[in-house]
Amino acid sequence: MDKRLFVKGNEAVCMGAIAAGCRYYFGYPITPQNEIPEFMSRELPPLGGTFLQAESEVAAINMVLGASAAGARVMTSSSGPGISLKAEGLSYLAGSELPAVIVNMMRCGPGLGGIDVSQADYFQAVKGAGHGGYRMVVLAPNSIQELYDLAIVAFDLADRYRMPAFILGDAMIGQMKEALIPHPYAPASDLPAKDWAVTGKHGRSKGNTLKSLYLKDGALEAHNWKLQDRYRQLQQHEVRCETEGLDDAELIVTAFGSTARIAKTAVRMAREAGLKVGLIRPITVFPFPEQIFRQATERCRKVLCIELNAGQMVEDVRLSVDRQADVRFYGRPGGTGSLPTPEELFEQLQKHYKD
Amino acid sequence: MADSIVPVFERPNSLKPVASHFCPGCHHGTIHRLVARAIDQLDLQQRTIGVASVGCSVLLYEYFDIDVVEAPHGRAPAVGTGVKRVHPDSIVFTYQGDGDLAAIGTAEIMHAANRGEHMTVIFVNNTTYGMTGGQMAPTSLAGQVTTTTPYGRNLDTDGNPIRMAEVLAMLDGTSYSARVSVDAPKRVSQASKAIRKAFQIQKAGGGFAFVEVLASCPTNWGMSPLDANERISQEMMEYFPLGTFKDLAEA
Repeated sequence: MDKRLFVKGNEAVCMGAIAAGCRYYFGYPITPQNEIPEFMSRELPPLGGTFLQAESEVAAINMVLGASAAGARVMTSSSGPGISLKAEGLSYLAGSELPAVIVNMMRCGPGLGGIDVSQADYFQAVKGAGHGGYRMVVLAPNSIQELYDLAIVAFDLADRYRMPAFILGDAMIGQMKEALIPHPYAPASDLPAKDWAVTGKHGRSKGNTLKSLYLKDGALEAHNWKLQDRYRQLQQHEVRCETEGLDDAELIVTAFGSTARIAKTAVRMAREAGLKVGLIRPITVFPFPEQIFRQATERCRKVLCIELNAGQMVEDVRLSVDRQADVRFYGRPGGTGSLPTPEELFEQLQKHYKD
Repeated sequence: MADSIVPVFERPNSLKPVASHFCPGCHHGTIHRLVARAIDQLDLQQRTIGVASVGCSVLLYEYFDIDVVEAPHGRAPAVGTGVKRVHPDSIVFTYQGDGDLAAIGTAEIMHAANRGEHMTVIFVNNTTYGMTGGQMAPTSLAGQVTTTTPYGRNLDTDGNPIRMAEVLAMLDGTSYSARVSVDAPKRVSQASKAIRKAFQIQKAGGGFAFVEVLASCPTNWGMSPLDANERISQEMMEYFPLGTFKDLAEA
């Protein structure tokens, strides 16, 4: 029987990363994710790995860039304000086609905001925090088990598509403790070799170059079309999504991450009250489960999107259903005391179910 | 007779046989050559990884026949740190200009030096932002006219030119810090020795080695190559004295 552990989300994501072979971590302290650098500083050195507390978030993401360029599986983590500082590095990672895993345990904002739970960094993650029109894989776990499992998925996707993979957690899921079964990592056998890495030539006829600067006529456009093609492949092959009760639903509720946990309880309360309510929980928010929304709304024409922000994912839901359904929104912008209860969401479900 | 011709001056193996994009009279070409020669002389080409920075020196990979990763503006020492921690047996060097290293990348260079990262840093100080068209650099001299100091650098409002070789020498993590120049044959030879030493230290696992090279930028200084070359000894050396400010191997 698999062993069961009782751990914090911030620890689970580290355990998943280490299981996936990550031996390098560069980071900077910020609440509510400090257990991540603390865990890595304790666990990586005995494994022969490297933990380095950088002088800044900017330096940390660039150390990640260097370690990734050198061919290693590498991770960093932060929370909203720190991710803003890392935005430059994310753009360079994407432009230089470098894989890495970045964790954001979202806190509330804007500005210093607060250290409590929020989902207001959805745009930042999904639309690209940095300059230049790039995308990242963005995974939105809603449990401690998923933090572990999706950390592993993130490393594989990053390596397969040569791009940064982002884990969009939040203060609640990072600080919460629940059961974890730490499944061993089964390495995908078809991951491409990192023959592009800078290692020193060691007899190679040509030096490897990793860069994002393309000055020759047409070169940057070709590079960008190549990146866009990868994003299209992600949309075709890598969408992950949980659905429930869509067959007879007259109202579809959608939410991601921690909020989806509360929404799911509200959906069950609705079912017990005889209301035909279904659930779509995107696990990849990029690539977004567009097809699943489109198909589900061919039959059910009403969607209620619930978020812990003032309405961000709801825009992707609207784009996906392309006016074939009535998309409504309920949300609160996050912060201490603004996490909705299941009863509060159940009330919303009843209201939107009726009108 | 052909067989009596003895080559005394060859292209280093670590440099590709291509023409550079540098302006006439620019010293980057000379400095590239000195770095490549040091890599050759110490037999490091196969295990050297260069970190290119932002500015005129970004095209490092077009000229050096080695592995190169390009860093965001100012971040080369952080990128180099990541590379070196993964491949501790490799030789990692960054090649950065004054805007890159001494302005936007001040935090990265200070902390890489302070950690004693086992890397070599070549810092080209030409007192201007070359690539962007001659704006004020952190090393622009008092009164220097640039495209963003049209009335001359005013120390009261623009601050003082920063002496990085001296600043970094003060940090415990720095093993070697020197300032050299390539404006005259004798000084090119001294610069060559300092650069070789900075690689030798890394090869021996001796920690963080830094060489600041005073260089000309005729285009953005608005001078002929010869006049620009003159400016280095006439104006720059007074404020940026040549010398070795720290050498743990000698101490």
